[in-house]
This record gives sequence, structure tokens and C-alpha cells, in this order.
Amino acid sequence: MYQYDEYDRALVFERVAQFRDQVQRFQSGDLSEEEFLPLRLQNGLYMQKHAYMLRVAIPYGTLSAEQMRTLASIARDYDRGYGHFTTRQNMQFNWIELAQVPDILERLAGVEMHAIQTSGNCVRNITTEAFAGVAADELLDPRPLAEILRQWSTINPEFLFLPRKFKIAICSAEQDRAAIQMHDIGLYLYRDDAGRRVLRVLVGGGLGRTPILGLQIREGLPWQHLLSYVEAVLRVYNRYGRRDNKYKARIKILVKALGIEAFSREVEQEWQHIKDGPAQLTEEEFQRVASAFVPPAYAKLSDTDLDFGSHLAQSPAFARWVSRNVQQHKIPGYVSAVLSTKPGISAPPGDVTTEQMNAVADWSQRFGFGEIRIAHEQNIVLPDVRKADLYALWCLACESGLGTANIGLLTDIIACPGGDFCALANAKSIPIAQAIQQRFDDLDYLHDLGEISLNISGCMNACGHHHIGNIGILGVDKNGSEWYQITLGGSQGKAAALGKVIGPSFSALQVPDVIEKIVSTFTDYRESDESFVQTLNRIGLEPFKERVYQREPSEVTL
Amino acid sequence: MNNVLRLKAGLVHIAVRDSWTLIREAQGDLPSGPLLLPFTRWWSRQDRAVLAGERLSLDGVWLGPDDEVETLKPFLSVLPLIAVDFPSFRDGRGYSQAYLLRTRLDWTGELRAIGDVLRDQLSHMRQCGFDSFAVREDKTIEDALKGLAGVSVAYGRSVIEPRPLFRRR
Repeated sequence: MYQYDEYDRALVFERVAQFRDQVQRFQSGDLSEEEFLPLRLQNGLYMQKHAYMLRVAIPYGTLSAEQMRTLASIARDYDRGYGHFTTRQNMQFNWIELAQVPDILERLAGVEMHAIQTSGNCVRNITTEAFAGVAADELLDPRPLAEILRQWSTINPEFLFLPRKFKIAICSAEQDRAAIQMHDIGLYLYRDDAGRRVLRVLVGGGLGRTPILGLQIREGLPWQHLLSYVEAVLRVYNRYGRRDNKYKARIKILVKALGIEAFSREVEQEWQHIKDGPAQLTEEEFQRVASAFVPPAYAKLSDTDLDFGSHLAQSPAFARWVSRNVQQHKIPGYVSAVLSTKPGISAPPGDVTTEQMNAVADWSQRFGFGEIRIAHEQNIVLPDVRKADLYALWCLACESGLGTANIGLLTDIIACPGGDFCALANAKSIPIAQAIQQRFDDLDYLHDLGEISLNISGCMNACGHHHIGNIGILGVDKNGSEWYQITLGGSQGKAAALGKVIGPSFSALQVPDVIEKIVSTFTDYRESDESFVQTLNRIGLEPFKERVYQREPSEVTL
Repeated sequence: MNNVLRLKAGLVHIAVRDSWTLIREAQGDLPSGPLLLPFTRWWSRQDRAVLAGERLSLDGVWLGPDDEVETLKPFLSVLPLIAVDFPSFRDGRGYSQAYLLRTRLDWTGELRAIGDVLRDQLSHMRQCGFDSFAVREDKTIEDALKGLAGVSVAYGRSVIEPRPLFRRR
């Protein structure tokens, strides 16, 4: 993991002192609410329905055991004993006192963490996939460039008051597990034919009110130009992005208005002025940062382990967990294990208690190299687990409520905090997620259904990524009551797609029945072991609509 | 103008009142003395010698966020002052305008931030090339002064430090 040097450390501590002063000035009335607002947002602090919410950055989703224990201690000492992992790989605390925020930030700074730019109209947390550095299908490790981008974007003075928020993600594997195409800038890192590290740059992706997948603006950008190219995109956006309407202020609207050709000409023109200057990255800097991500001291292991094999044979429940919650690793004998934060009725998606966080920190050291990842699906990943240790880990995870064998299945629901917490929400998300999880609580059945992603957002802002769920649920407000619109056919990955609305929306009570009808349509039409998306793509939306909107026989008037 | 901070040779000068008069209106009577004008108004007031670059103008120009900095290119040698307006401190276009004036147009004269200019943004403005700050008049200048320094670490390059941190580390 990246270790702070004296510069990084000075920055986070000075920032805490600065914000402590700003909080004091706000409380004494020297700063107005309006003046304080962007200052607190750029330090991760939102005003929610009931209290302040603090969003802590987890850069590209990577945490050490010590950092996880610190998050656990913050949940215990300053919140109500739990925290919430978000779809942008951050952690949110929902019940925070303003006066305590500087102390929380200071505790975070002590373990090389911060909440800088986790909100506000600026460059947000740089994200990547949860299996960076370990995935069997990885091309290159995206973390060094992610860290370089994190540093470059942190308190970059020119780009702190952009028209709107700005999200950048990078990945480098056969599969895209970082939802690259829905970011303001999406980066695919790979080696070109000459073996050089280059980037495919996408721009203008985003969900929200106007969901759009990113468009390619550049192919084969040498990595040395990453910062200058991103700078050029941001400068064009900062100058010409709309500021008159916050719903039309994201870069995707500018790209759409100009057209990708005209937009890329603007960027190219700007980039020509700066590309060969001092902003050009050096091999020395790359190596300095990359040295923090060298692989840990893996043991030489056989890829088959006898104990592991016999546990698989003896415990169907363990075998089921392994079939869903384990990801192939680069190194023989190792895997990455995914701990599900979606147990169903006992906790909302993404919520983890102090005890669970401490337990995960312990496991990461006992079964790995003290490293933890947060996936954008809100689950926790232990990246380096020996196959020989998986059974022991699984037993502990089950005892702690983190052993649900449902990764990628219908109950692995992505959900925003929704109307229970969020001031923006039109409708609640958590009770909907839990009602669906309750309805589909038969694990055998879920495993038979195979991969289905179900994403829920409580409003148009789409924090629950409903557009890219195979089944998407969007909370809408109709004359003051909560309704839910269903979309089908969304997907993430390199073949990302946006879901299509199937028709009029439903009440909260109807949603589990509707999901059941959608699922039964799938099972009726499914051929051999097709996935939900494959069946849907083959038969189209109509059969699903017919089933969902058919009138009950009793209602039919003859 | 009132409440102005100026950086000169590494020193901060406080001017409770300086000689410039800011004219926001596009029309109407003008007072005497050096004026800070919107571009079209400045242009229509200059005589041929100034527009031909033969004599310095007595008046400065301020740019709004919609104005293109390139407009000023032919007149840089005759302008005594350029200002950039922040109608709201949350409108960040002025930062890019300042960056471009300094690095692309090589403006070396005084560059003043006007409008909603507040303590907590002064360090960002300074890094983007402003060396003069007309702090909003309801704020005390001594208090605003504390915002000039900001956080001591800047990762990226800026107008005042063209080498990014990775070239200095």
C-alpha cells in the first residue's frame, strides 16, 4: 500500500487544522451557512435528514488493517457503532456532530486517511476495481496511476469549483469491474503492441438524471501524459461546462452539446499547450509510487490444497460460498475472498458494525498481508487468502454475519442509503432492498437463478447505480408518496448498458411481487443455463412487461 | 476600490482604499480617475494611440466569467491592470482565466480578483496567478490575510510553482 511521506502527512494535518478553524468560524458566525457549505462539502461533510454525515475517502478502495480499525473506532466513538460502504468505495458515517468532525479528521490523518473532496463540485475519490493487483485477468496494476491521480487532484486550486462533481476511475483487466464507462473520465490502462503502458480515455459517462455511457476521446495515450490530458479535459470543462442548471452541469451534458468530435478538438487544442511541460510524468515518479504496490511475500504454494478440497466435498454450504464469493488470484494457491455486506434483513446493504470492521481487520492480518479492499458493489474483499485458509475464514465470516454466499446474486443488492437518511431522496431504498432479500431468502433457489444484479436508488441522482443493474429500481415521488420505477437490461463491465423502463411505477408493497414476476418470467423462458441478461437479450422486454402488468383474473371485467 | 490585498516581491500590502474605481455598469456616466471597466467599455474609451499599442491606457479591464481571456491579447502591453470577477465564489471559471492569462498570454502585470472574494479561497487564487485581491467589503482585510497562505503542500504544478511536487520531492 502507498505510505505517506512528509509531504502527504503535512497536507492532511494542515487540512485538519484549516477545517478546525473553519468550523469554529462557522459556529461563531464569522462564516455564513452559504460560505461554509462548500468548505464542509470538500471535507466530506453533508447535512442529511437527521444529522451531519461524514464521507471518508478510501482511495481506490484500498485499506490497511490499521485503517479499518480506525474506521471502527470512529463508528464506536463518534457514531452509533456502524458505518456504511458506498458505491464509490468510501465509508459514510451517518450520525456525526459537527463539533467533533475536526477530531475525527485528525484521527484519520493519523492513519494516513482523509475526507478531502469526497463531496463538492470537484474531483472526487479516484476509484478502481477491488481486485487491483491480484486479479488473475489483470493486464497491469492500476493502483500507481490511481495514487498519482489522487495526489494530483487533491486541493488542485484551479479545479475546486467546477460546474459539478467529477469522478475518475481507472482499471486494467480483461473484465471491467470498476464501472469505467459511467465516469466523467474513465481510463482503461493496457500495454500497446510495443509494450508501452498506454491509456484508452473515455469521457462524459455518468448516471443521474441523464444516464450516458462514456465515449472514447483518446486511444493509446502514453501514461506519461495522464495528468496533462486530464488537466486539459478539466480546463475545457471548467471554462465551458454549464453552470445555470445543476442538473445539466455534468461534463456529459457539455460533451453531448458539443458532440464528441468538437469536444475532443477543444481538449486536444488545450493539451497541445501543456503536454510536454513539467506536468509530464516521469519514470522516477512512477517507480516511487509503484514501489508501494509491489506484491507481498507470497508463499510458493500448490494450486490445489487437500484440506480445501475435502472441505469443499464435505460442506455444501462452504462449497456454495466458494462458488460465489471467491475470485481467482494471480498467484497459485491464493484467492481473493469477498465478504458480503448484504445478509438480508439483519443489516442494510453496505452497513458494517464496529465489531465487524475489527474482525475484518484481524482476518486481513491472520489470513493475508493486512490489506482490505472495498468493492463498488459495497462488499469487502480480502485480496490475498490462501486456499488452505478459506474454510477457517468462512466459518469466522459466518459467525460475524459476513459470510452470506450471495455475491453477484439477486440479493447482493446495491442500494443507496435512501430516504431513511438522505436529504435528496424521493423514496426509501433500504426497506425495499430488505423486502426483496426476504422474499428471496432461499439460497438454493438464488444459486439456481445465477447472476442477477439488482440496484436501487432512492432518487434520480442514482447513487445506487440503478441504471446499470440487470434489474434497476428507482424511487420516485408522486404527489408526496413513494413509488418505484423498474428498469431491465442494465449491466456493467466492458459491454455496459443502461436499463430500460418497463412501464408505470409501483408502490413499495408491490415491489417484491413485481421482482418475483420478473424472475419467474426469466425462469420460464430460460434456456439451459442462460444468465438473466442472456435470456433478456434474447427475448426482449415484452414477455417481462406482459407478466408484470397482466391483470389478475379477479380484476378482469367480462 | 476598498479592502485590497496586494502581493509585491513576496510582501503583502494592504490598501484600505486604492485609486481604482470599479465600474460594473455597461452604460452611464463615468467618474474621473483610473477606472476598472468591462472590456467593451474600456475599448470604446481608448484613443487610437492606446489601441495601436503606442501609449499606456489609464484604465484597467475586468473580465466576467463568460469573457474569453484571449480578447485581451492585443492590448496586454497597454493595460495597467487586469481583474477577473467572481460573481459567486462558487463559480470557478476565474481560476482557469487567471491560469491562462499568466501562462498562455504571459501577463506579468497586476491580476486582481474582484467580486465574491473571500478568505478561504485566497490561497487557491494566489496559486492560479492572482497577486491582488479585492476582498468583499463586508469582510475584514486582516482576517482575509490569514487565508493567503493555505495548505503548504501543493501536489500539482501551479502558476506560482510550475514544477509539480513529483519533480521537487
